[in-house]
Amino acid sequence: MNTFLPFLGTSLFQMLLVGLLAPLFLGWLNIVKALLSNRTPASLFQPFRDWSKLLSKESIVPQGSSDLFRWAPPAVFALLLTSSLLVPALGTHGKTVAFGDALVLTGIMALVRVLMALGAIDTGTPFGNLGGRREMMVGFLAEPATVLVIFTASILSGSTMTFQTADALRSGTLLPTPSLVFGGLAFLLILLGENARIPIDNPSTHLELTMIHEAMLLEYSGPSLALMEWGSAIKLVIYLLLGIALFFPWGLAGDEGLSDLIRAGGFLLLKLLTAGFVLGLLETLMAKLRIFRVPEFMTLAFLLAILGFLSHFVLEV
Amino acid sequence: MTEEKNMQDDLFFPPVRTTSATSGSEYLSEATSMKNLGGRFLALWSTDHPGRFVCAAFSDAEGLRILRAPVAETSRTFPSITHLFPLASRPERTVRDFTGWTPEGLADTRPWLDHGFWKNAPAGERDYPFVRVEGEGVHEIPVGPVHAGIIEPGHFRFQVVGEKVLRMEERLGYTHKGIRALLRNRPVEDVARLSGRVSGDSAVAYQWALAQAMERATRTFPPERALYLRAVLLERERIANHLGDLGALGNDAGFGFGLVQFGRLKEDLLRNNDRVFAHRYLMDMVVPGGLRENPGKEDISILLEDVRRLQRDVQLLKIIYDEHGGLQDRFSGTGVLDPMLAGDWGLGGVVGRASGQMLDLRHDHPAWPYNRERIPVALSRRGDVGARVQVRFQEIRHSLAFLHTVLTLLPEGPVRTPLRECGSLAEGTGRIEGFRGEVLVWVCLEKGNIVADAYFHDPSWHLWPALERVVPGNLVADFPLINKSFNPSYSGHDL
Repeated sequence: MNTFLPFLGTSLFQMLLVGLLAPLFLGWLNIVKALLSNRTPASLFQPFRDWSKLLSKESIVPQGSSDLFRWAPPAVFALLLTSSLLVPALGTHGKTVAFGDALVLTGIMALVRVLMALGAIDTGTPFGNLGGRREMMVGFLAEPATVLVIFTASILSGSTMTFQTADALRSGTLLPTPSLVFGGLAFLLILLGENARIPIDNPSTHLELTMIHEAMLLEYSGPSLALMEWGSAIKLVIYLLLGIALFFPWGLAGDEGLSDLIRAGGFLLLKLLTAGFVLGLLETLMAKLRIFRVPEFMTLAFLLAILGFLSHFVLEV
Repeated sequence: MTEEKNMQDDLFFPPVRTTSATSGSEYLSEATSMKNLGGRFLALWSTDHPGRFVCAAFSDAEGLRILRAPVAETSRTFPSITHLFPLASRPERTVRDFTGWTPEGLADTRPWLDHGFWKNAPAGERDYPFVRVEGEGVHEIPVGPVHAGIIEPGHFRFQVVGEKVLRMEERLGYTHKGIRALLRNRPVEDVARLSGRVSGDSAVAYQWALAQAMERATRTFPPERALYLRAVLLERERIANHLGDLGALGNDAGFGFGLVQFGRLKEDLLRNNDRVFAHRYLMDMVVPGGLRENPGKEDISILLEDVRRLQRDVQLLKIIYDEHGGLQDRFSGTGVLDPMLAGDWGLGGVVGRASGQMLDLRHDHPAWPYNRERIPVALSRRGDVGARVQVRFQEIRHSLAFLHTVLTLLPEGPVRTPLRECGSLAEGTGRIEGFRGEVLVWVCLEKGNIVADAYFHDPSWHLWPALERVVPGNLVADFPLINKSFNPSYSGHDL
């Protein structure tokens, strides 16, 4: 209790920050994608509008589904929102309830995935099954690579706590070491795969046979769907924050001074805008991979992660 | 056995021979010799005019051949020709659904368009027996008729192992509108209007084919300018649909940029359609006897400007598609239609031409003005999605060049002559190469130009069965891409 209470305020602030950044980032990403293909973009606040519309509707529950289907969305949402405490957003001093390290974060992501897949399979529809199965395949390929990338960054800081890693990297040299470059590239591939972006999955498709992530959400409606989609957006932002903490930590505040935090906020905004642009550009330029090429893609991520890990010992020790 | 042929018509209309068999066995032997001589099966339908007949349409080197089998009141049967022409299976099942006449020798006794809701078809079953695959790890994926996107309804039953498709079976008929019942005993104008709505994306092809059929039946010869302009309309329809398909193919491979860019080009074309011809999809412009309106000089210059703009922009997009590694990886080797099968079934259209079939009505049996301004056949032999994409690109290029010539050489004069009255029962057929393939219209007129009966054949009757043969062996996730590259019509097929 003693360690918890002082941090309650900052923790709530962090969850609120990530929770609100998520729809804004999605809005920005969609603006970038629209502009890059000469479309008139929707508003930055479109995700808010979509989800508030969904939240005001009723949830239709398919016949024959169990409580698992009903409780998966709130559970997924709560898990993802809570896990936002595990990555630094503004400061690296860890004034939030950092209840675990990067490995715990990976574990929570795996738990989220299992819950989503079970919720989808629970309905008994073929698409839920198809999506759940494919999602598990992507996850099972992405997880080892994620862990390796985290280890690479952790060697430099001597800790798997993301806050301490970011702190160590922040105060260190600005020059990217080879291990971090490889790790960063691996992480980019992981991020695309884990968040159902092109070239692994197409977030804007309506073709039920090609879907991965969306196929798991097909049966959800109303508030349940809003929670699932919001959760996915939060997951994307968490991955970006993790990427920023591990590979672009400069600009994060070391102290808890207000001016420092505001400066860090400015940096965060700038990095997220850049990340949105890069993601949007990648998604516009690439086509979706044939589903049996996904293992090759994720293997590449794993290979890069290994290279990063090894090059630390070969080049940097 | 009677044969009718008229040499003078052949100069104006693609050649047609009609053979009325006196008995079922004569029909069967004629069909057999048709098969032996390399004829292609086109369509099969039933009619009460000018007698109780089952009509089968074939195409050979000489042109269209219509073979009729009489159906006796007592037996109500006709011989099945599915063992000769596999594509005849579904049309024969449809005849049974419509009339209750039994195709003798047809192994498949299931209904086709009837979903068990029609009064006069006892064969209808609500629970359609799909063919199932048994085995370790085999499971079934039912898709549709309600889909996740806003598309036409159709049901697909996949038998899969993991991601690999072992078998795919279609169930269609959800968009049955009763077109043939709607058009009986109506004046030609009403039927001409209706024909543009059989499959809305092929309005010009259907309306021209119907106009050709009626003009042949009444021996009316439309003015030359009207025929030139009909070709302009048909090619614009083809270009608009090909542009739409190319964009959708990019999008289905996760390349949204393609959809937006091709969508823009298509939209500009449709808007100019609206400006010049007062309809985005060119409906009701082609009427029996000619055209509804005569576009002026200013309109023609708008159309010419469209040609120039499209020639430039499509070429740019083609380079982007051709050089996009990810897109080509999705396209090549996916959904291969074996040229042997395409040849055996006599598949024409974009799908047939992408599998090496040199079949294009505009080239083989050209109607005016295609016999004056020639258009080359776009061809590929690979038979995959990529080949169908390439054929579409080629056809757009050919059509644009053709449009340029035709618009420059456009003859002056009126665009409409009144349709002559036919004295007694008169039959006519029309054949037009639409953007999917061959559209065939058969019409029977009564005294006073009232339509006694008509049949509209959509190329999708050939495309849907071919799709079933192409999908097995591919990944489930690649099906939408393959389906899009075929782009069969639901509406035109379900009638």
